[in-house]
Amino acid sequence: MTEVLVIGSGPAGLAAACAARALGRRVVLLDASDYVGGQYWRHLPPERPARREAVLHHGWSRFQAMSQALERDPLCEIVTSAHVWAIDAGRVHVMVGEADGAGREARTYAAAAVVFATGAFDRALPIPGWDLPGVFTAGGAQALAKGERVAVGQRVVVAGSGPFLLPVASSLVQAGSTVVGVYEASHLAHLARQWTARPWQLLATPAKLLELAHYASVHVKNRIPYATGRAVTAIHGGQRVESVTISAIDETWRPIPGGDVVVAADAVCLGHGFTPRVELPIAAGCRLDARRFVQVDEHQRTSVAAFYAAGEITGIGGVDLSLSEGTIAGHMAAGGHLEDRALRDARARRDALRSFAERLERAHRIGENWTDWLSDETIVCRCEEVSVGRLRSVAETSRSSGLRSLKLQSRAGLGACQGRMCGRSVETILAAAAPGGHLIDESTTDRRPIATPIRLAELAFGNDKSVEK
Amino acid sequence: MMARLVRAAQDPIGPLAPTRITLTVDGEPVEGVLGQTLAGVMLSADTVAWRSTSFRDKPRGAFCGIGVCFDCLVVVNGQRDVRACQRRAAPGDVVEFHRDMPLSTPEERP
Repeated sequence: MTEVLVIGSGPAGLAAACAARALGRRVVLLDASDYVGGQYWRHLPPERPARREAVLHHGWSRFQAMSQALERDPLCEIVTSAHVWAIDAGRVHVMVGEADGAGREARTYAAAAVVFATGAFDRALPIPGWDLPGVFTAGGAQALAKGERVAVGQRVVVAGSGPFLLPVASSLVQAGSTVVGVYEASHLAHLARQWTARPWQLLATPAKLLELAHYASVHVKNRIPYATGRAVTAIHGGQRVESVTISAIDETWRPIPGGDVVVAADAVCLGHGFTPRVELPIAAGCRLDARRFVQVDEHQRTSVAAFYAAGEITGIGGVDLSLSEGTIAGHMAAGGHLEDRALRDARARRDALRSFAERLERAHRIGENWTDWLSDETIVCRCEEVSVGRLRSVAETSRSSGLRSLKLQSRAGLGACQGRMCGRSVETILAAAAPGGHLIDESTTDRRPIATPIRLAELAFGNDKSVEK
Repeated sequence: MMARLVRAAQDPIGPLAPTRITLTVDGEPVEGVLGQTLAGVMLSADTVAWRSTSFRDKPRGAFCGIGVCFDCLVVVNGQRDVRACQRRAAPGDVVEFHRDMPLSTPEERP
């Protein structure tokens, strides 16, 4: 019997697995990748050893301690290349094997408790030309730098919003790229207002401030230009990126006329915040909060009994918050108590870091007039190649305010990525074009009953031998 | 060379000698390093596009780099729809590009 099933092996998942093992529970830890660590500790595979890989990472010794303890532990089964594709009636359905392979091993887990630690991915807002080769999400460029030692370009522009742009620029520099500039959409005055409000709260999070100071020093040392109130509003090129337009934008992210500069670049990295990977919690019936993260209580419990959540799916807050939440979630999933001594530290850190996370969210939220940089021809849904003009005309001619019907008519969000890349942008554009200026149905693009594409043959000729137990 | 593999001699992590492998990419032999993904092999050769979109015939390659966007699909050893950023390269892999015939654009549909 699996007592605690942890889905996702980034910082939150590893911490949850360790905490559950500390209470003696049998743990199964699943990850879709072929190595543990998640995006934060994405690293080179053992076939590519290096003397000093730690220089690419923060908290590398913590990662090694956790992952090695779990790997040595006979009561923790780590299953990598584990693609969770559905959850129904509390059962977790998994295909184990190569990514997008065929004839993989089907497994079903029915655990006493489940911890979701599925993390988040970068949100990139649609921009004219963002579908050109050479445009990457900021996290994608960093993953290629850390996990592949690939530099995505020689002259790279980093743009979007949030402190995560700084470590991305650092990773690019460490891979030998020239970072043309980091363009933060939020205005300095706005950032300063958010960051200097209630300064005593910041004193509770010294590690976060040191991490930020470290990235700032990398910027100064490498003379990386950093500008605020600026956005990449167009990307140009024939077969790949050749240049970008950088615009001055107002506090609502509307481009200011006359504020454009065109700079040469061969790669662009975009990161306008993050989208949490909530399809599995939704499939399990867990409620989301008003910000569309998984709603959890003090115990990291979701709204469904025996399902817990930790890390970026409960709110974007960085590695230390994820570790604290993971520790609490794993401990509680294993039958511990909130008042236990083992949680004292994690609870104090979580509470301090949550206020830090809320501060980040206020400081770097997406400005409502970003859609002003779109043209009718701009592709929104990359998979189905649905343009802004097409979306707006479907909304206007159908007079529909229902997301589902508008999606079916326009095909936006119905492609291979299942609306992960464009979903929230599609909702914004459709809502603005719909009668009354909003969508009426409760449905969102986050709902994906099949959480990852699988081949029909694997379903039809399923070899599920492991209905547990 | 724009997209590329970090040169070992200049890499602050001090990589040890890699194991070279050879793949066939779009009909041409391409050298890679054991442990790279297919996207890593292609980007290291400054190949940034390896798929043509189904409706507008536009070039695409890697975008999210972490298996979410499905933009980097390739055909590997005859199997379609494999995310190049998620599949490790094996010696002798035959990688073909996804080139769908252009159909109608969404704008042209009734």
